Amino acid sequence: MHPQFGRRQLLVAALGIGAGARSTLTWSAERLTLTGSSTVAPLALEIAKRFEKLHPGVRVDVQSGGSSRGIADARSGIAQIGMVSRELKPDEADLTSSVIAIDGVSLIVHRSNPVATLSDDQVTAIFTGKVRNWRDVGGPDRVISVVSKAEGRSTLELFTAHYKLRNSDIRAQVVIGDNQQGIKTVGANPGGVGYVSIGTAAFEAGQGTPIRLLNMGGVPASVAEVRKGRFPLSRPLNLVVRGEPSQLTKSFIAFAQSSAVYDLVEAQFFVTLAPA
Amino acid sequence: MRHDSDVLAKQLLGVFAAATALLLALVLGFLIRESVSVISVAHVWHFLTDDGWYPLERRFGLLPMAWATLVVSLGALLVAAPLALALAAYETFLASPVVASILRLGMGLLAGIPSVVYGLWGLTVVVPLIAGWQAPGTSLLAAILVLALMIVPTIAITSSAALARVPLPWLQGAAALGMSHRTLLLGIAFPAARGGIVAGIVLAAARALGETMAVLMVAGNVVQTPSSLFDSVRVLTANIALEMAYAEGDHRAALFASGLALALLVLALTALAHRAQRGGSYAA
Repeated sequence: MHPQFGRRQLLVAALGIGAGARSTLTWSAERLTLTGSSTVAPLALEIAKRFEKLHPGVRVDVQSGGSSRGIADARSGIAQIGMVSRELKPDEADLTSSVIAIDGVSLIVHRSNPVATLSDDQVTAIFTGKVRNWRDVGGPDRVISVVSKAEGRSTLELFTAHYKLRNSDIRAQVVIGDNQQGIKTVGANPGGVGYVSIGTAAFEAGQGTPIRLLNMGGVPASVAEVRKGRFPLSRPLNLVVRGEPSQLTKSFIAFAQSSAVYDLVEAQFFVTLAPA
Repeated sequence: MRHDSDVLAKQLLGVFAAATALLLALVLGFLIRESVSVISVAHVWHFLTDDGWYPLERRFGLLPMAWATLVVSLGALLVAAPLALALAAYETFLASPVVASILRLGMGLLAGIPSVVYGLWGLTVVVPLIAGWQAPGTSLLAAILVLALMIVPTIAITSSAALARVPLPWLQGAAALGMSHRTLLLGIAFPAARGGIVAGIVLAAARALGETMAVLMVAGNVVQTPSSLFDSVRVLTANIALEMAYAEGDHRAALFASGLALALLVLALTALAHRAQRGGSYAA
């Protein structure tokens, strides 16, 4: 995926000039641009596709480039909607945010591992390589295999921010790409510990994959706790606008928050806002 | 005598051939365009001297991954080549026709299995086996073993084709002189077929260097210079696959630059294989 190109530009390039010129006319009438967080972008893209189907003639253009770009573009008006994968800061009060989903990250271990919870200090010690055996954190005498994520992943970002680590502080034995790979790796390794999206982990654990989600600060790692906002390792996925939004912008945001897109939210392993 | 249809066919095939060559040129051009912002002395110096690969902290050391790529590929060749040569010799000279055709079919099948399937097999069978010995199992050794299995067919198929082209009178002459199987194989057949065999090995090396999915799944992907067979390593292709979707700016350009370096290396190897196949055989 090329982050600099919106889906529309690619499509226009593929269709050629004639078709492109025609849809340009449609765009200028009803066009919506979203830019920002690369965590939100894939979800926003799916929502945009469904929104376009329901509103013929409307074009929704989604471009990723980080939460800070979402803030900047919404402020400058380059984009009608900014995508931001965190709470707004106090100095961003000029923007209005709407939560469309929640991203939660849970620590996972092998199902046979008796350790029920880890303190923040223990997690930090394990991931920086200071503790190398489960014996030292109340488990069996077994070597710890730290499973971490490749640079640029939003789960890594959330994890390191929460524990105040830099990626170069982490001493991993395995580095993985997506959540599925992380779950397979920990499931195949009795000494493994990793962090993945709660939605995926809860689903896979329910399907019989031998992993267990660790409690955090006494809060069980579950989709329900994330939804209540009680789980520490979680963050809202926001759409932000500046000033009074247009009718089209309003209806897109309302659509993105509605139950009509819950399946899309779950397909991206985020937690929906559905009442429990 | 020339027919119109011949002329048409010639032109049509010419267009297809040119299109293929053009595609390759376009791919290379694209790689260069995307990586041009980091192709400078200063950047290349960073690639070679930075300790560690933490692009978001602006540390771009590529050398550990380059070493890992070379060690994984060489290791896989060392494991695969003897096996493949033994297979090829057995299939060409010793096996009964039925066994030989089963072997050929098997090699063809092995060559056609998608690499993600090899990766899955590696992750569920090879890695736990190694983990029982040295946790966590995802390691240089796992990558070498899975990759070796993937390139055995490449070497075996090209080698047995080359062995089959060794002129029959040479073999008959050797047999008439009372040579043993061993002498016949090592003294006559292999030297005569060495062009095809070397070409097969070089092609296998190119495949090993470029393999992504299977290695990504079993190698562990920690960026470090390998110092033991049980170390977790990340190869250049796996690095591209892991990070490209989320990379921006110099990080992204650095990934493209490593892709460009790999593409050039594989091109050079392919040219080498071509030369070996043309020049190095007695039985041309």
